[in-house]
Amino acid sequence: MPDATGLELIAAGVRERFGDEAVVGTMYHREQPTLEVAPEAVRDTLGYLKDDAEESFELLMSVHGCDYFPDEPRLAVHYQLLAMQRTDRLGVRTRLGADDPHVPTVVDIFPGADFQEREVFDMFGVVFDGHPDHRRILMPEDYEGHPQRRDFPMGGEPVLFTFNEREMPRWYE
Amino acid sequence: MSEDATTGDAPATGVSGRPVDIPYREREQSVTLERMPAHREPVYGTEVEPETELFTINMGPHHPATHGVLRLLLTLEGEVVRSVTPIIGYVHTGIEKSCEDQSYWKVIPFVERMDYLAYYFNALAYCMAIERLLDEEVPPRAQYLRVIHLELNRIASHLFWLGTSALDLGAISLLWYALRDREKILDIFEMSSGQRLHPRYFQVGGVVEDIPPGFEQKVRGFLADMPSRIDQYEAILDRNEILLQRLKHVGQVPLETMLALGVTGPLLRAAGHPWDLRKATPYSSYDHFDFKIPIGTQGDNYDRYRVRMAEMRESLKIVEQALDGLPEGPYITDNRKVALPPRHELATSMEALIHHFKLVTEGFRVPPGETYAAVESPRGELGCFVVADGSAKPARVHMRDPSFVNLQALRHMSEGGLIADLIAAIAMLDPILGGIDR
Repeated sequence: MPDATGLELIAAGVRERFGDEAVVGTMYHREQPTLEVAPEAVRDTLGYLKDDAEESFELLMSVHGCDYFPDEPRLAVHYQLLAMQRTDRLGVRTRLGADDPHVPTVVDIFPGADFQEREVFDMFGVVFDGHPDHRRILMPEDYEGHPQRRDFPMGGEPVLFTFNEREMPRWYE
Repeated sequence: MSEDATTGDAPATGVSGRPVDIPYREREQSVTLERMPAHREPVYGTEVEPETELFTINMGPHHPATHGVLRLLLTLEGEVVRSVTPIIGYVHTGIEKSCEDQSYWKVIPFVERMDYLAYYFNALAYCMAIERLLDEEVPPRAQYLRVIHLELNRIASHLFWLGTSALDLGAISLLWYALRDREKILDIFEMSSGQRLHPRYFQVGGVVEDIPPGFEQKVRGFLADMPSRIDQYEAILDRNEILLQRLKHVGQVPLETMLALGVTGPLLRAAGHPWDLRKATPYSSYDHFDFKIPIGTQGDNYDRYRVRMAEMRESLKIVEQALDGLPEGPYITDNRKVALPPRHELATSMEALIHHFKLVTEGFRVPPGETYAAVESPRGELGCFVVADGSAKPARVHMRDPSFVNLQALRHMSEGGLIADLIAAIAMLDPILGGIDR
């Protein structure tokens, strides 16, 4: 794990390359470093960390979304990077507003992000610009809403029985 | 049925008489082995007539060989698979959403139901994340007890994989033998927690209960039994000509592709990369044990089969060492804000009663923060991402399930091959749909 100083060095490298506004902040919590970047800089930063950085992170282990309601900006996309040789992990996150969130995709840099970005879109409605197969993955294609958002009600899903099937939206059409 | 019905002939030995002297890919004793070319000539592919019609067909979601409700959209050119598109979500139950409405320790049974063959691993990933957020130490005895259960669970999961995969590849008898041994592991789980599946044995800060008397004896009996059982299974499969033909040089994926896809676990190790979180970033005292990481050389289905068989043997060694070195002491942290007080204190101590009441009604609160904790599950890196907002319920629980990520490799394993090889690829991928859909 990079320590707090190492994290600042990584942040300095990203700032030097893509300008001061690319890095929003750094967090070092419970020995876990997280770099917060601006949404438009995500792709550049991950590409830089993979190929050009002094201490590179060649693998993307996980992409997941998060809703920080009631904080603003509400949504976030997390990227968990891994460097196998050094057994280092680095979190990269970006925060987005809930209306019309857009992030550039990283599928061409890390092909393994394909399903995971689709899941984040499905659950949180974050649009990944340039994703080759941008569809829902877990919920049905005609589903409305993004169920992992905190303002989506728990248990709001009606159960389909024979007696109520004609009242179910989209079922008899 | 007699327990020894599986024994058959003695395990294969070479000229020197020692199995280890023979290269592992040549240990089987098929009578027609010498007739098998080192690299199977492609009988399909380039010579297919260009005007052949493409045929799109659904495989699943109710296909027995897809190991759950996995639907594959196949484009076929005769028998040759031209494209594979996995369609998932049929058993999506919104576990991650439900977790946000439970207090921290009530989440444990939920996450156990994600990857339903590796329940201890799910619980451990979640508990490790919470322990890191709380900055809570786990006593050594609890860490060792966790290791014993984890490795037994790994063997149980691999046994289930072995039985079902052999079934898919035409060796039905192995299913019953493998499940018989898995039953013994489930009996052991029942002793420690009262449950055979989804035991909810791991608790934040340790384990729920100490092991009962007779537990160690039972595990030792299993440890004494199991190596010869694995020998028997290998003896059955390594003489099965059909199985070998369907595994060797089938579904080869280069290591670089595996790494780019984020594939972990036995699939990555079969491709030759010795990446195992138990060695790389030891957690729960794994650095105390002496074990090896089996890897393959070619990254085909046969290597995947071999790696998992060897992993079972290594797991047996770890369980044995953990039993031998099991330290005395508490099995759960004595921090009363996190763990329940012992039952006998409730009758005498007002403070214990208050703690008990607080824990079972509201649960404990976790200071704000977020963390990602990763463990090595039987299928690869199982990561748990937890966001705490300072209340008694997690704001977000996400599982990075290895099956979900590894499923992306199915295209690379099966496109250009035959449909029958696709079945072998799914079997060797070992996807658990409960973990994929969550």
